[in-house]
Amino acid sequence: MEPYTLTLCEARKLLDQGDITAVRLAESILGRIRAVEHRIKSFITLRDETAIMALAEEADRLREKGEGGILCGLPIAVKDVLCTTTMRTTCGSKMLEHFLPPYDATVIEKLDAAGAVLLGKLAMDEFAMGSTSENCAFGVPENPWRPGYITGGSSGGSAACVAAGESLATLGSDTGGSIRQPASLCGVVGMKPTYGRVSRYGLVAFASSLDQVGPLTRDVSDCALMMNVISGHDPRDSTSVDTPAPDYVSMLQDGLRGVRVGVPAEYFGDGLDREVERVVRAGIAMLADAGAKIVEVSLPYTPYCVAAYYLIAPAEASSNLARYDGVRYGFRDTQAGSLLDMYRRSRSAGFGDEVKRRILIGTYALSAGYYDAYYKKASQVRTLLRDDFARVFRDCDLIASPVTPTPAWKIGDRADDPLAVYLSDILTISANLAGIPGMSVPAGFSGDGLPVGIQLQAAHFREDILLRAAWNLEQRAGVRGILPAVVEQ
Amino acid sequence: MKITREEVEHVANLARLELHPEEIGKITAQLDTILRYAAKLDELETENVPPTAHVSGQGNVFREDEVKPSLAREKALANSSSQNGEAFVVPRIIS
Repeated sequence: MEPYTLTLCEARKLLDQGDITAVRLAESILGRIRAVEHRIKSFITLRDETAIMALAEEADRLREKGEGGILCGLPIAVKDVLCTTTMRTTCGSKMLEHFLPPYDATVIEKLDAAGAVLLGKLAMDEFAMGSTSENCAFGVPENPWRPGYITGGSSGGSAACVAAGESLATLGSDTGGSIRQPASLCGVVGMKPTYGRVSRYGLVAFASSLDQVGPLTRDVSDCALMMNVISGHDPRDSTSVDTPAPDYVSMLQDGLRGVRVGVPAEYFGDGLDREVERVVRAGIAMLADAGAKIVEVSLPYTPYCVAAYYLIAPAEASSNLARYDGVRYGFRDTQAGSLLDMYRRSRSAGFGDEVKRRILIGTYALSAGYYDAYYKKASQVRTLLRDDFARVFRDCDLIASPVTPTPAWKIGDRADDPLAVYLSDILTISANLAGIPGMSVPAGFSGDGLPVGIQLQAAHFREDILLRAAWNLEQRAGVRGILPAVVEQ
Repeated sequence: MKITREEVEHVANLARLELHPEEIGKITAQLDTILRYAAKLDELETENVPPTAHVSGQGNVFREDEVKPSLAREKALANSSSQNGEAFVVPRIIS
């Protein structure tokens, strides 16, 4: 058995028992990366091997002394949207190709403090804008289950990396589904926590009222462990919430008796792939088998979430990305004669097409004469979507649904149709607009062998019930921790 | 059309983006498609619905006004492609 196939919790147990060393684990992971990375392309920046091995050796020394945090010696990689002082942080953009942050994100500090061996920075859609990871300036990651197919996005590298066995766990970020959607398409567990549960300090901003950092892992127990590490209040993020995070690991194995699972009709509408529906319905039956009571619920404003999101998120993005002016960091066109020219030329050369498109939509939606019709209207619809969930969570404890309308598609297939790609986010966007937690759990495979996840959503700060339901589902779905047979070099 | 070529050029100027003349047509068409789709929101009556700007339910977050260590100047300047050790250098603004 090769150590790279282990889950985080399994590896941790073997390290605790002295059956394996952090050095052996790191060697195995690096071997796997060498063998499959040329096909998967999940990394933008892979850390220097000597630096990785030095961290693993240090972890072994700490462990020998009985010290070290709860992730001591465990290899973990992160989406390249999180600031790291040890590695450049590109956000998948030419704009930040050479950006070396002057500070670490809070979640990076937490991983360091827990003793994780940070492997590198993962591919993503530029500035997290996209649902396929094709908008990455440094190469498009490929789905480990079928190279040539999309990983999903924007945390595509984070999902592919875990699915291919190149890391035991990863971090991603989710603004409209960017953790859950690639997790579903790559067959791994992914969680978007409640807005405010995890610090956004050092997460490069896309849409500040929607962004949240979360884990992608090979199974549900690992997801709970990662949530224990990254959750909590941070005075440096004034939107992080000052309520103590529970121990997510300890509550996993409680049964689902008395738990009400809502199934919203609106999430099973036109355009839902038959294979996806089959797998998800089977997953819901497994939750019932675990003791849950299935109830039909309705979220009538769901059909409006994409329209609201694709005004609100670009509006926030157009404001957040105004900071890339070539002055303090990022790409600068040094040939420009005037300051205004420098701004224009630096931004036009540094940003890719999708980012420009969203800046334009956002600027338009916020501009004089259109603010009320677009931004304000979308923010009012956001209230209706929030109210939808508040009402439904009086009748059920969590909601089960598909994550995406279809399994992964071929790279390039929807490249010229932005709206078609936006519409693929219809099942994940509402959670961000409402700020509630959501996760994707592998539930099975489509008839032609592509992974399909089931989405679970709950009320604010009920990650515990999501994880419990997910764990019970995982016990029955029979796809836990399966690695694809990636053709090696 | 929801958005015209001239409006796209105006918005690009506001956003400090330079678009090639040959790409403006394509971008106008794409933005038009997206804005037409967004018009779906007009189906909803929202006159008395308050807008939502954030979802954590938190009010203002206050802290003591204390002096704390901040980013050292050389670190703050390190990522600029043009600086003189004391400040960021940009093309002359006032002649």
